[in-house]
Amino acid sequence: MGKVIITTGNYSAAYAAKAAKVDVVAAYPITPQTSIIEKISEFIEKGEMKAEYIRVESEHSAMAACIGASVAGARTFTATSAHGLALMHEMLHWAAATRAPVVMAVVNRAMGPPWNIWSDHVDSLSQRDTGWMQFYVESNQEIFDTIIQAYRVAEDPEVKMPAMICSDAFILSHTSQPLEILSEEEVEDFLPPYEPPFDITDVGHPVTHGNIVWPEPRGESPVGYMEFRYLMHQGLLNAKRKIKEIAKEFEKKFGRNHGDLIEKYKVDDADVAIVSMGALAAQAKYVVDLMREEGYRVGAIKLRVFRPFPDDEIREIAKGLKALVVADRNISYGHKGISATEIESALYSLEKRPLVLNFIMGIGGRDVKPEDQRKMIETVFNIIETGQLTKEAEWYGLLR
Amino acid sequence: MTILGLPEEEYIMSGNASCPGCGATLALRHVLKALGKRTVLVIPACCTAVIQGLYPRSGIGVPVLNMAFEATGAAASGVVAALKARGKDDITVVGWAGDGGTADIGIQALSGAAERRTDFIYICYDNEAYMNTGIQRSGATPYGALTTTTPVLGKKEHKKDMPMIMAAHKIPYVATATSGYPKDLYEKVKRAKELKGEGTRYLHILSPCPPGWRYDSKLTVKISKLAVETGLWILYEIDHGKFKLSGPSKRLLDPSKRKPVEEYLKLQGRFRGLSDEDIREIQRWVDENWKNIEKMMETE
Amino acid sequence: MQSGSSLLEKLPPTPLSKPAKSAMGKTGSWRTLKPVIDLNKCTKCGLCWLYCPEATIIFTKEEGPKIDYVYCKGCGICAEECPAKAIEMVREF
Repeated sequence: MGKVIITTGNYSAAYAAKAAKVDVVAAYPITPQTSIIEKISEFIEKGEMKAEYIRVESEHSAMAACIGASVAGARTFTATSAHGLALMHEMLHWAAATRAPVVMAVVNRAMGPPWNIWSDHVDSLSQRDTGWMQFYVESNQEIFDTIIQAYRVAEDPEVKMPAMICSDAFILSHTSQPLEILSEEEVEDFLPPYEPPFDITDVGHPVTHGNIVWPEPRGESPVGYMEFRYLMHQGLLNAKRKIKEIAKEFEKKFGRNHGDLIEKYKVDDADVAIVSMGALAAQAKYVVDLMREEGYRVGAIKLRVFRPFPDDEIREIAKGLKALVVADRNISYGHKGISATEIESALYSLEKRPLVLNFIMGIGGRDVKPEDQRKMIETVFNIIETGQLTKEAEWYGLLR
Repeated sequence: MTILGLPEEEYIMSGNASCPGCGATLALRHVLKALGKRTVLVIPACCTAVIQGLYPRSGIGVPVLNMAFEATGAAASGVVAALKARGKDDITVVGWAGDGGTADIGIQALSGAAERRTDFIYICYDNEAYMNTGIQRSGATPYGALTTTTPVLGKKEHKKDMPMIMAAHKIPYVATATSGYPKDLYEKVKRAKELKGEGTRYLHILSPCPPGWRYDSKLTVKISKLAVETGLWILYEIDHGKFKLSGPSKRLLDPSKRKPVEEYLKLQGRFRGLSDEDIREIQRWVDENWKNIEKMMETE
Repeated sequence: MQSGSSLLEKLPPTPLSKPAKSAMGKTGSWRTLKPVIDLNKCTKCGLCWLYCPEATIIFTKEEGPKIDYVYCKGCGICAEECPAKAIEMVREF
């Protein structure tokens, strides 16, 4: 049993980077991520963490530096939020296509304008097509544990894709919870030494990375660009399997289980399940317990891994359910909630599908209380008999 | 083995994609001779990115990390940090970027890297426009030049003085060079390499471009030399804050020794739109630059 | 999902190229003029070797310069810069 302290989500991320013995950190401050990198700076300057910290001049440069360090043989870490993540967008694509297993803590924060520093998931979900793995966690312990697991998955030779661990602004980042810190020795045992996707510093065997690849096979190349992109896709598909294996191994070694691709809570004998991402997944379990006492056959699903998307797992659970309440702390403008869209897409191939009721809620950090989640679940129970949805997606609590 | 005092070994492979007579590739050829094989190049989107040719071959004989356009300084910082973390200190990290990736879109990352005393060499090869994408105007394009985004009226602003901007970062070494004086360039790269451990070293190489400057490819060396001989391009080093003119520029403090700028301008199609007034303005700019150099040298 | 594909299995995880001549093919086919060296006039000064952007001139003190016509793009710098005027640009066709 490691040391247990009471600390914030952000500090939990810093402790995880320290425990993972990262070699290079390159990061730029942005509210509410700042205390992650401040804590890391303190660790390094006090000599408690042996890493190079590049105090870059922007988030775009942070990711570029992480990529450079990663292919030069270093385990890398960075952190950001909202606009910082958006600024990095080009380099997220670059990191994934370079197969650089960078791990990044993202503190989910609303996009401006207007300025809003509180939580919603539009920032990270906007990056879902970049090739990064995405984890959405519900507690500070899960931030720590998932960062450790993410290095293991990301660096696996069958995966070699970067990962972001997303946690809600202030609700987790600045809220103190108990945290068991695993020691560096325990983690070293769990994480094999870092292997880069290729070593650009191997001057004895020089390689050029990134020069032109034709759309079709050409010259001596038997493949085109499309095949290399397929390899990235394959890496993420392999990650599905690896995430499950590694979660099992982690539980065996350290005694904790946060779910793997998803976490099921009282779903097996439920008619309705509420699907959540992030901190609201924790609150959902509390609401489920209250409603169960009143006789509701309800369960909760934490959508822990958004990329790669757990379609098989969603289909499996859906078979036993009459309806899903998908609570999205995000919106894809002009369409609907992003996880609802992906869940519906996964369910399409089923002959018998549950109803999917999508609620857009908590945008810009608007508070979502247990009674709000309860009302969303009740809405579904009310229409479950008629099997008719009044509308596809409802903005919960919108003032008109 | 040496030829004319330069190492024989080639790190530019024949059959690459550079245009015939490319001043940038001529420069890189000699830069790599000075750097040797324990070098990692970070190259953003620019002509040289394409000159490498097609996968699975590369026209450059040292490791190359191709990089997004604006990120050279940052990616190089990452490579340097990783080498430090691994305790590998016998490899030279070099950013090799065009004028766009240096003075415009890349200036932030470069400035940040320099301010952090990042231990690498940054070399800008300046063909005075966004040549790779088809000759669009950059901050380094000189006054009056026709480019595809200044196709009729020519650029209305003078050239951004990137070497002096880097000197203002108080880095240990700033030097200017040009393709037509390869030995001068070679010595300056060697000097930069010597200063490993002291922070960022910056070189700026004027690289004539036959299609972009619109001249017959055989004139690359001649035009390069004329840029210096007219005083339009000044060869110097700022070595630990001390300013030194180099090579043919040494004798050009005396304006009578400088060839008139027309000799340089008339050889290039990009200057065909210049009026007499424009030419006078260019001459005035050259003379003013030299007056500033004079002032700088007096105060030392 | 394709699995067990021998083609994909042989690929590096991300495209990695190796230094090689001919990255753009036999670029000698680009030229319309080709440099021809008159070794009688040549003083073996080495300047053509110095100024060739392509490194397609092989030079030794003993034998002087030799042009690799497989790759020479015919830019004409060597002919222009030769102090002995020993190089002539001759039409290829």
